[in-house]
Amino acid sequence: MKKLINDPDDVVVDALKGIEAAHPALKVDHEHRIVYRADAPHTDKVGIISGGGSGHEPLHGGFVGLGMLDAACAGEIFTSPVPDPILAATKLVDGGRGVLHVVKNYTGDVMNFEMAAELAAAETGGRIASVVTNDDVAVQDSTYTAGRRGVGVTVLLEKIAGAAAEQGRDLDAVADVARRVNANGRSMGVALTSCTVPAVGRPTFELGEGDMELGVGIHGEPGRERLPLAPAREIAAMLVEPVLADLPFRSGDAVIAFVNGLGGTPLIELYVLFHEVATILRGRRIDIARSLVGSFITSLDMAGASVTLVRADDELLSLWDAPVSTSALRWGI
Amino acid sequence: MTTAALGQWVRRFADLVAQHRDELTDLDSAIGDADHGSNMDRGMQAAVAALDENPPATSKALLSKVGMTLVSKVGGASGPLFGTLFLRVGGSLGEVAASTPQELAAALRAGLGGVVDRGKAGPGDKTMYDALAPAVDALDAALSDGADLSVALQNASQAAAAGRDATTPMQARKGRASYLGERSVGHQDPGATTVALLLEAAAGSSLGASGSGRRDT
Repeated sequence: MKKLINDPDDVVVDALKGIEAAHPALKVDHEHRIVYRADAPHTDKVGIISGGGSGHEPLHGGFVGLGMLDAACAGEIFTSPVPDPILAATKLVDGGRGVLHVVKNYTGDVMNFEMAAELAAAETGGRIASVVTNDDVAVQDSTYTAGRRGVGVTVLLEKIAGAAAEQGRDLDAVADVARRVNANGRSMGVALTSCTVPAVGRPTFELGEGDMELGVGIHGEPGRERLPLAPAREIAAMLVEPVLADLPFRSGDAVIAFVNGLGGTPLIELYVLFHEVATILRGRRIDIARSLVGSFITSLDMAGASVTLVRADDELLSLWDAPVSTSALRWGI
Repeated sequence: MTTAALGQWVRRFADLVAQHRDELTDLDSAIGDADHGSNMDRGMQAAVAALDENPPATSKALLSKVGMTLVSKVGGASGPLFGTLFLRVGGSLGEVAASTPQELAAALRAGLGGVVDRGKAGPGDKTMYDALAPAVDALDAALSDGADLSVALQNASQAAAAGRDATTPMQARKGRASYLGERSVGHQDPGATTVALLLEAAAGSSLGASGSGRRDT
């Protein structure tokens, strides 16, 4: 293992110190491992928090700021935060108009956020709504599993719901918009290499030099199948076709197209992939109304990428275009 | 059955988890993320330390402290699940210093209900439920037959062990193991294994030392 770290057990703690040092608009509660807006809470808007295991940066701490999240809880690498910090973050951002929890569908995350919401309701009486993202079409038998995993849609949802909150909409309305993004979004990923968790020190799974794992999860969960590495053109089809078929997306739909790097794949390759994705969508007469290309929900050092499509109407697009100012996403400011 | 006996049960459970820590982690590495043993051991050590620091006087206070400590220290799904189990058992027993065997059995059933509420698992999903539900049923059945609590707890422990063993051929339908699909078959469930240790601790503790299955009337 070759990593730019001090002690493997201190990676999360040390990274939070770096976030605090780099971004004056953010504050860090080191005890609870919360990144939050320095100007929180806001009395004129719904608070939005998210969180989960670390190792997916910039998700979620990189999305804290105007027009997106008010706070993010950082768990250990690939391990959900426990209820205490989620409760603390909820209280930190509740300016009186309620708090939305954005939760990715993993068993531990769902349970810990649920317990935190129960504790917060009992302690403060404040209103809390939860939205669970579950967009990973690689999980086929969702009735017989813990359900589809929350992946790329989470990024787009946090941007769009954040804009809705910034407009002063109430908690139910912000939660509705968030659910609409999840309901209209689908994703699929591919790994070219495994990731290596610092405290473990060896790759999470074995993947041969000439192989790829199609449908991989962001913690290295097994995908649909293991295949020989293929040209980007073919990989794009393997990712896009199941996504299109699942919603299903139809000719004439407008989409936000998001090609995401998993941490170890350079931007130049993501653009190679985006071109192939765009070609497929053009052939289906699906309109790429907006796009996002880059590494925004990662799996440590895993090489690979995911494709997320969200069918978007004018309202979702206008919320997407609204100003955002976070360390990882910034426009319109 | 006294609050002090509950404390002994918790300590014995902590000892068993520590002894089986590596085995639990190995089981979890096969179908999960290889941290169940270390996480549960850390949580139970913290729970015992919390009891040492400030010994609670009632059953609810004692088990609530254990439950909240597990929720805070274990993380993942095991923290909320085992935490909720202890919280619900304590809540059912109430602010008392002693309970009847029937009240203990009812409390464990309430705990099982808490696990179901939190985890949404049912029979055959290859989870802690598959060890806990048979144990609760066996405890009820033995007490109904007039067995002493010590005998009833032995039966419950055996039922939990059998439930644990029965998870091996199952295909996981909950938690991270469920993403493995058929590849989860052939591996014993770590959560069910820990539940079997919990019941083994109950049978080996002083919980059953006092009291029979029949109410003294």
